[in-house]
Amino acid sequence: MTQALIYALTGAVIFMLGVRTTLLRVTLLHRILGLNVSGGGVFLVFVSLGYRGDTALTDPVPHALVLTGLVVAISATALALALNRRLREMDDE
Amino acid sequence: MNNLLIWPVALPLLTALLALLWPSRSTWIGVAGTGLSLLAVLLVSRQVVEAGSIELALGGWAPGLGIALRADGLSLLMLLMSSLVAMAVAVYAIVYFSQSERRVEFWVLWLLLITSLHALFLSGDLFNLYVTLELLGMSAVVLACLGGSRESLGAALRYLLLGLLGSLAFLMGVALVYAGYGTLDMAALGDVIEAGPTAWVALSLMTGGLLIKSALFPLHFWLPPAHANAPAPVSAVLSALVVKAALYLILRLWLELFDGVVNRSAAEILGLLGAIAVVWGSWAALRAERLKLMAAYSTVAQLGYLFLFLPLLAALPEGAGRDVALGALVLLALTHGFAKSAFFLAAGVIMQRAGHDRIAELGGTARALPVTAFTIALAGVALIGLPPSGSFLAKWQLISAVFVTGQWVWLPVIAIGTLLAGAYIFRLLGYAFAPGEGVGPSLSVGREEIPAVLLALIATLLLGFWASAVWELVPITAYVGGGVGL
Repeated sequence: MTQALIYALTGAVIFMLGVRTTLLRVTLLHRILGLNVSGGGVFLVFVSLGYRGDTALTDPVPHALVLTGLVVAISATALALALNRRLREMDDE
Repeated sequence: MNNLLIWPVALPLLTALLALLWPSRSTWIGVAGTGLSLLAVLLVSRQVVEAGSIELALGGWAPGLGIALRADGLSLLMLLMSSLVAMAVAVYAIVYFSQSERRVEFWVLWLLLITSLHALFLSGDLFNLYVTLELLGMSAVVLACLGGSRESLGAALRYLLLGLLGSLAFLMGVALVYAGYGTLDMAALGDVIEAGPTAWVALSLMTGGLLIKSALFPLHFWLPPAHANAPAPVSAVLSALVVKAALYLILRLWLELFDGVVNRSAAEILGLLGAIAVVWGSWAALRAERLKLMAAYSTVAQLGYLFLFLPLLAALPEGAGRDVALGALVLLALTHGFAKSAFFLAAGVIMQRAGHDRIAELGGTARALPVTAFTIALAGVALIGLPPSGSFLAKWQLISAVFVTGQWVWLPVIAIGTLLAGAYIFRLLGYAFAPGEGVGPSLSVGREEIPAVLLALIATLLLGFWASAVWELVPITAYVGGGVGL
């Protein structure tokens, strides 16, 4: 289990780092990137949950969940970036 | 197994695609889609009333691997509220968006919002709940910035970022639950979750994420700008329905999945935050200079009341007394949903007629728009909690639960909140009934005024007189045991 645990803990740390950036940075782009980083942390935790030892097959459910989560994360990021760009265009005018 | 359950989700989704493919008819497709989903919810409600709770395993895959849709009394009441409010707001939106070039976008997103709300209320799987939360958040954000102004875009982006943070925290909690118990099916989890580090961390992460979305003090700061700057029909559903979705999930988690994990002190912290929200939100509503901002702050306060119930529920022993308090919570949430959507629609009518919503310049409203002034008064009755509204009964039960549990600290909070609510409603009515020409001379009753008054009537009269139906439907212990005991 230790190998999977290392990955899971790394995922938790990445999640925290992303949350920290999102909450403390003022620039919107930094915050969007921070959210992406913390999303990556959550996904890493999910991926490591699928590990069941070197001989057994991995658990497919968490991996399927990560795929769904990635789709959601990409669309959310696209929306946030579009809004951010629109805001900057308005500020420039 | 019940195929009916798919329709409240599938109908708005299909009509959303149809509205996208056929933009010239989007208005009628939008209204028809909303009406059809209301019809589907009514059919589901007949079955739930007869059978207790119903379940559908999508595609025939057993829950655990597949996705289960479930409806019990609580989800049914939320579904009924969301589809009825959506129907009334859709009728209003026909007029509101008739001249707008954003019409097509509005109707497509509107139907997607209904899809995700219904999916959230019916979902029986934690990961699926995360997906519906994200869908709900994204459609709500885009709807909130349809006005196109700098303020509304800024508020919408902040709403999106905080919402994403909330759902990521929720997802992290879901990961921990899967690590600890190996399943995400809520019916199965209800029996296996027990107190321990995994459950505590998972519950804190999920609750924290949901608190951002339900705008509990001190995480409320995104709500007033986002709700006040959105177009009126959108503000109505954001305030009435979208924040309630997160609250609904908190109830499910606290009372059903993690009922063995939750302890008194955690519930008391949420109750304390709710108490601050009641007082602070009501005070800010009293000070607000714009009508829609006042309504948005009032939402912060009204959500606070709902969190006041949590420490009381944690202190009450399981049984009839607890079910009565839970029913009162749901009744208060439903009454607020109808009253606040009516209030926002009335504010929209005034804003379109007067061109502004500055409260101090609303003199003459009662003469020019008598029906809308009546709507505001009726919705105000429900927001204050005067009889015969549903919130009067709910607050009565809230106070009696305070007596039973001996948690006297909440009593002054309820009193101050109610007095402040009376103050901000009567302040508004004072301006609206004052003489003046701020709103123009028209005396006609526009058809955009009718949906709001119907919603306000539901909040004050229907939910007041038929409140017993809420109490009969609510006990959610039935969900865990697979639908017995209703």
